[in-house]
Amino acid sequence: MNLFEQVGLWFADPAQWSGPAGIPARLGEHLWYTVLTLLIAAAIAIPAGMYIGHTGKGKVAVVSVASALRALPTLGLLTLFVILMGLGLMPPIYALVILTVPPLLAGTYSGIAAVDRQLLDAARGLGMTEWQVLVRVELPNALPVMLGGMRAAVLQVISTVAVVAYINLGGLGRYLIDGLAVSDPVRLFAGAILIAVLALIVDLILSMVQKYAVSPGLKSSLSSPGQGTKNVGAPGAGQ
Amino acid sequence: MDWFLANLPFVLELSGHHLYQSVLPLVLGLLISVPLGYLAWRLPSVRGVILSVSSVLYTIPSLALFVILPVILGTRILDPANLIVALTVYAIALLVRSVVDALESIDDGVRQAAVAMGYRPFRRFFAVDLPLAVPVLFAGLRVVSVSNISLASVGALIGIRNLGVLFTDGLLRHFLTEIVVGIVMTLVLALLMDFVLVGLEHLLTPWNRHRKARSKQVLVATTGPDNSGSGDSAGTARRPDAAETAVLHESL
Repeated sequence: MNLFEQVGLWFADPAQWSGPAGIPARLGEHLWYTVLTLLIAAAIAIPAGMYIGHTGKGKVAVVSVASALRALPTLGLLTLFVILMGLGLMPPIYALVILTVPPLLAGTYSGIAAVDRQLLDAARGLGMTEWQVLVRVELPNALPVMLGGMRAAVLQVISTVAVVAYINLGGLGRYLIDGLAVSDPVRLFAGAILIAVLALIVDLILSMVQKYAVSPGLKSSLSSPGQGTKNVGAPGAGQ
Repeated sequence: MDWFLANLPFVLELSGHHLYQSVLPLVLGLLISVPLGYLAWRLPSVRGVILSVSSVLYTIPSLALFVILPVILGTRILDPANLIVALTVYAIALLVRSVVDALESIDDGVRQAAVAMGYRPFRRFFAVDLPLAVPVLFAGLRVVSVSNISLASVGALIGIRNLGVLFTDGLLRHFLTEIVVGIVMTLVLALLMDFVLVGLEHLLTPWNRHRKARSKQVLVATTGPDNSGSGDSAGTARRPDAAETAVLHESL
């Protein structure tokens, strides 16, 4: 019996689909860590990115800090936080937040900074306050790029949460770490497939959200040159 | 510090492995992405396929890819080849897009001038298109270099020897110094590679030197005092940002 058949049997086994170590429970944990990380990171990165993009203040400092943060090794940061703060849910989440802020910040900032200056002048000329300019003009115009950054960030978190299992948390990474520990290729391969499929499905959902969440005014002007907003969301754009 | 000095040969050996495991994929990725990117640029019908396959590949989480590859390649799970292939896949996924963007960034007038001067397509690509694509291409290479160096350490979880070993070992022994040394060495490698890439770009684009030096001066002059002490790093950090927004503009 080859590995693929064994993996097929593993997925068909009802024992994998129930209980605290079953696939639904692990998937729930994985998504919960992801959402928690994203909420905290977004609460930091989006207002900061909006402020910097709108005012242009502190641009150089933020861009250099964000690119330095990108070089931090995921595994190193996770283990560092565990040693400093102990085991439990929050230390790895904080480490994940640090890794998630740069792509979110970059997406928000570059989206807002890329809005045509003439639009802003026009908005100010119409008598809008700075706040109205930000909320009614800059944000809707920046949305495609911002969502691109968000999509990159979400995928990065889903991918990194798999590593969190190494420091005694749950999530789909459990199958990989446990599979490695007991040299069980079936569990290992099944876990890898689960994580890859999760990432692909979430990416697909986000690409659809991105398509429909864009302001209709932008969509009509963007669809004519051909490419539309489709390419903005690819991970490369936000990274 | 004592631990670092006492274990210097060990740390340097791991750094050597780490550098090899992240630079080789960068080079392989570049060699594969240039023809792929060229195809995607020339043939709009292939373009959608190449770009969407590369973005799907980039979506697959690293740890999962490290584990799936041995099954596909028939290698042993502890083989460093798995890590190298995985990082090459990510490098290609990012660089193909950079190559397309880079080739698109070239002024069409320059290309027409080359054709008018009698350049055949093959020679024109290597003598005109590729050199002019260097700035945008290198922005992509620098991103890949940083992310490769940072991702490689995850390989330690599947038993590959590189700086990531300092993290797994440090956690087991509950030894903070070892982890900090690992993080610092990873950052040093990333910085080192970035300097090498910036230097290479400088060598490969002699026509940009004058302009770049001037724009840097302008930057320092306009940002003024709130940027004191970090002039150089701010200057180097700004360029990929500019390229990034240029890329974003392009895709809009």
